[in-house]
Amino acid sequence: MQILGLYNYWIFIVLMMCGFYVVISRGNLVKKLVGLNIFQTSVFILYISMGKITGGTAPITVDQDVVYSNPIPHVLILTAIVVGIATTSLGLALVVRINEAYGTIEEDEIHAQSEEEAL
Amino acid sequence: MIDHLPALQVVIPLIAAPLSALFRPGRAVWLLAMAACGLSLLIAVLLLDQVLTQRVISYPMGSWPAPWGIEYRIDAANAFMLLIVSGIGTIVMAFARPIVEQRIRLPEYKQPWFYTAYLLCLTGLLGIVITGDAFNVFVFLEISSLSSYALIGLGRDRRALTASYQYLIMGTIGATFILISIGLLYVMTGTLNMMDLAERIPAVADTRTIRAAFAFLTIGVSLKLALFPLHLWLPNAYAYAPSAVTAFLAATATKVAVYVLLRFFFTIFGVDFSFGTMRLDLVLLPLALVGIFSASVVAIFQNNVKRMLAYSSVAQIGYMILGISLVSVTGVTAAISHLFNHALMKGALFMALGCISFRIGTVQLDRIAGVGRAMPWTMGAFVVGGLSLIGVPLTAGFVSKWYLIVGALEKGWWPVAVLVLVTSLLAVIYIWRVVETAYFKPAPEGRVVNEAPLALLIPAWTLALANLYFGLDTSLNAGVARTAAEMLLSVGH
Repeated sequence: MQILGLYNYWIFIVLMMCGFYVVISRGNLVKKLVGLNIFQTSVFILYISMGKITGGTAPITVDQDVVYSNPIPHVLILTAIVVGIATTSLGLALVVRINEAYGTIEEDEIHAQSEEEAL
Repeated sequence: MIDHLPALQVVIPLIAAPLSALFRPGRAVWLLAMAACGLSLLIAVLLLDQVLTQRVISYPMGSWPAPWGIEYRIDAANAFMLLIVSGIGTIVMAFARPIVEQRIRLPEYKQPWFYTAYLLCLTGLLGIVITGDAFNVFVFLEISSLSSYALIGLGRDRRALTASYQYLIMGTIGATFILISIGLLYVMTGTLNMMDLAERIPAVADTRTIRAAFAFLTIGVSLKLALFPLHLWLPNAYAYAPSAVTAFLAATATKVAVYVLLRFFFTIFGVDFSFGTMRLDLVLLPLALVGIFSASVVAIFQNNVKRMLAYSSVAQIGYMILGISLVSVTGVTAAISHLFNHALMKGALFMALGCISFRIGTVQLDRIAGVGRAMPWTMGAFVVGGLSLIGVPLTAGFVSKWYLIVGALEKGWWPVAVLVLVTSLLAVIYIWRVVETAYFKPAPEGRVVNEAPLALLIPAWTLALANLYFGLDTSLNAGVARTAAEMLLSVGH
């Protein structure tokens, strides 16, 4: 039961591993970035889960005693989301440049061209 | 004004960055960037001076008191790092203008953007060092990383683009690991302030969550500092980036990552947990030794001199990690002192290479034959930097190697001391290959090469002379380093 109760943490781990696997296994530079994005997004779920309290409401102070979720992890992850967007857009911009310079975005083809250059 | 120096340290380059994007290409934007760098250096000097008398400066950002708001906390260790980062930042900025105008892949009207990215990178590095808040470290880390990916991608060779892409992937994985670690620490302690974390971690240290946080942090930071075997992004990134960028990043970026390692292991987790419970020294020591040896050997067989020095950087990082894994005052002094000395020597070497590639367009070993006679001043700076890299007495490099060997002998680990000496001989081999080609091989016929312009030579020689100066006067690179090491080792107890 405890394992099921922690399902959001399981989702975090599964997503993280999926993203990580895509980064490692794919040769296409855009697909790698998609994997990297999933990898980063999984951490957002980790942070959001941390701050959530069952039955908790929004953190607005009222006179009655209410249980509210911790807003700090949520605010922190807002920053991390911005970082994620910046990383993805910079990565895609680099892929555009790589495509202009090499005429391909497949890692092995780029590698082959670089090898020829070195000879 | 003087009370707000910690904030200004970060804010000045941060404001100068978008301002410089508004300028037209030319001298004015460079002067603005130069002024911002110079002011940060001045502030770093003032802060170091203040810290040496008063020990710790605590600055609440925006006047929000410490555990709730972000605290900037400066002690001997990070004041020394601020000096390294802003000092190198200023000298390389002085070097950058001719490189930006002629040697980077940017149309002329976009040239001011180089300064924007450079200043943002400087902001990020200074921010990582100065902050006393764990999450703030991540934010500044990403500011510096993102701008350094952009800077590396500006190299003329198209392989700079793939190198930058590869660094982006590896760097983001590293930064995300650090983010996970900070999250796990927060969930166990409910705080992000470093001093608070240090107080609260011992009570919960014996949990899987804290151990996982420790592991994620170690891997994440090791990726950023290019610890063997996580160094694969580094050689290409350094080899194909514009020479001003290589000089700046080689001298500062990995050093700042080493500082993050020191800060987290010694101050936050504490010496007892990091090296007593987790036995991290048993992991770091073999990796450092294998890294030093293998990277030095690989460096010998490189044909691109920039790439050769990049592998040498991996080896030098090994020396720093070796110093940390000794877990003694002498060992950590060696590590911190080598942070400073390595910044001086690699800065000088990469700037000398920048002069060569500025004149002949390449740094392939077979193409630089005869350069020693055509560009005597440039090669002179290279030789001085090379001697310091080897660790010849009377140069800065000797100081940190000395402490490293003394530290190893204190522990009775004489094979480690022998290995440090042997790998210094490997450095002799790869530096000698360059010197031999440049001085004793005939220049290709019909090639006319002039000495590099003074705008490049003066910054390169400034660092070269600093290598000699700090080899004689060790009050800064050994004295302050020792104060910092004593401070780091006593906080944990």
